[in-house]
Amino acid sequence: MTAEAAARVGVSHTARFSPAWVAERLQGAVLHVAVISLTVAWMVPAAGLLISSFRHFTDINQSGWWTALAPPYNFTLENYVQVLQSSNMGQSLFNSFMITIPATLIPVTIAAFAAYAFAWMKFPGRDWIFLALVGLLAVPLQLSFIPVLKVFVSIGLVVQNWGFVGVWLAHTGYGLPFSIYLLANFFRALPSDLFESAEIDGAGTLTVFFRIVLPLSVPAIASLVIFQFLWIWNDLLVALIYVGGTKSVAPLTVTLANLTNSLGQGYNLLTAAAFISMIIPLVVFLSLQRYFVRGILAGSVKG
Amino acid sequence: MSSVTYDHVVKRYTSDLTVVKDFNVEIADKEFMVLVGPSGCGKSTALRMLAGLETITEGQIRIGDRVVNHVAAKDRDIAMVFQSYALYPHMSVFDNMAFPLQMKKMSRSEIDKRVKQASGILGLDNFLKRKPKALSGGQRQRVALGRAIVRNPKVFLLDEPLSNLDAKLRGQTRVELQKLHRDLETTFIYVTHDQVEAMTMGDRIAIMNAGILQQVGAPGEIYDHPANLFVAGFIGTPTMNFVPVTMENGNAKASGFDVKLPKPVGADKGILGFRPEALTDRIQDDGSTLEIKVEVVERLGSDQFLYGTAGEDTITARVDPRMKVAPGDRARLGLDLRGIHLFDSQTEKALL
Repeated sequence: MTAEAAARVGVSHTARFSPAWVAERLQGAVLHVAVISLTVAWMVPAAGLLISSFRHFTDINQSGWWTALAPPYNFTLENYVQVLQSSNMGQSLFNSFMITIPATLIPVTIAAFAAYAFAWMKFPGRDWIFLALVGLLAVPLQLSFIPVLKVFVSIGLVVQNWGFVGVWLAHTGYGLPFSIYLLANFFRALPSDLFESAEIDGAGTLTVFFRIVLPLSVPAIASLVIFQFLWIWNDLLVALIYVGGTKSVAPLTVTLANLTNSLGQGYNLLTAAAFISMIIPLVVFLSLQRYFVRGILAGSVKG
Repeated sequence: MSSVTYDHVVKRYTSDLTVVKDFNVEIADKEFMVLVGPSGCGKSTALRMLAGLETITEGQIRIGDRVVNHVAAKDRDIAMVFQSYALYPHMSVFDNMAFPLQMKKMSRSEIDKRVKQASGILGLDNFLKRKPKALSGGQRQRVALGRAIVRNPKVFLLDEPLSNLDAKLRGQTRVELQKLHRDLETTFIYVTHDQVEAMTMGDRIAIMNAGILQQVGAPGEIYDHPANLFVAGFIGTPTMNFVPVTMENGNAKASGFDVKLPKPVGADKGILGFRPEALTDRIQDDGSTLEIKVEVVERLGSDQFLYGTAGEDTITARVDPRMKVAPGDRARLGLDLRGIHLFDSQTEKALL
């Protein structure tokens, strides 16, 4: 029986009120207090944003969001209605999806193949190429804007002709070093016996990749998808550079930034718009969360 | 259903790291051959070269008459059971066993038939839908065996398959493996560091040390006639007694006793070896005797082990449990001359 289980059913191996018993309780209490206060600290701003987004413009200007928690309750959906009607939110939401989904799937797919090669295939210069890739992690992406934009313009890869292809490619380039690095490290940690066994069983490289490596790497790939999705969804800089602020193509982040300018006075609308943009990452995270199951390798190899 | 030949096989990683040196063994069709040796002796590497998981630096490996040096692992018609079992954790027991057959593009009904047959032999019928993590160690081990059996290979390779099982299960599985070998009528090559497994399971044993093959032979032959000091010390528990001796008129003289050698040897120094059971509490007329100062007595019921010294040499004796002896006693024991060995002190080769 673990100490925790023992404590739960009240038959601790240490006698009640002995110094060890007190220490055990205190440790648990300290841990709980720390976790709860951290959670609260992270949640308060989000809660404030959420509550503000349901308050009237005049209320927001007069008092803090916490006063809304006391009666008389005076909430409204008007901010959301106004934002969705007036400020191009629907189109922006669609654009954000059009940018984010391919710009997540393309690099993760390429990274999975590349990481498998780096982790389990032998080819000349493998370690040097991998090292160069890790080096790229440290390069600020701002350095690439001008040269890449020049190339895109000279070959005609601009929003007017090709839509979002340019920004997909840009995000792919920026996302690959980290994606490959993360997945290669995960693949490398898979037991080598599995690969040897599969080799003897007659599985070729692609079969091993699709039937063994991928199913076993769902947790790593899921977390990478979340990372990449959030990074692109929340990205303003890259979108602004490669897509621009034209209404028909601007993603949520760009539209939101414009809202601050045009509605500098009315940040009741901004709170509602920000909350709409936060909902999507939340849904993505919560729906992929169940793949973060530990011990998916349990039972394959012992030792 | 095929013989295996190692012909002057060498495995070298770098110019000064050679893990298998000039390895020559012929393993007959349907034989149960055990490769045994301490860890790092090259036995696993020898097996992995046969499996196609390691390249062969020099020499040839043949399965039947076919040289397999450059044949891919999957085309060698072998199956391997790994120490870790290497089961695919995301697949059910059925899919684990079906995997090699699916790779051969076998028909669904044939796969079904073969897996059912193997699971029947191994008693896995009730577990086919489970994932490996829901199985016990012994069951996982049997799934690994099943995955090998379904392929109906020419040669079975087993790399320390029992070392992850607890002692009781290991004993059972040892017996089951021998039965399986009889039923399948296939060549088995079995790598282990455990001399008990080697002695009990092998038709023949090949003992390796530091990359060099020391001796190949039937278990009894190796036990009774070890070719050198290493083999003599490696096989048998408790280990053989080794006593430095000098030769004088056909006698081997140790610090505490003399032994008359059965035949003359051409050396004036050597190492005398005799197993603990060569010592008895019965003094034979034509035998030698020695007196040991007993330090520790272990009674195991069926046996009694005495640890002590004769002169300056440490001696272990295995005597009748009814012999009355206590620590501190001086015990006079007979030495059975049929059980003595003499090794050259330089080359460590057997002289008798």
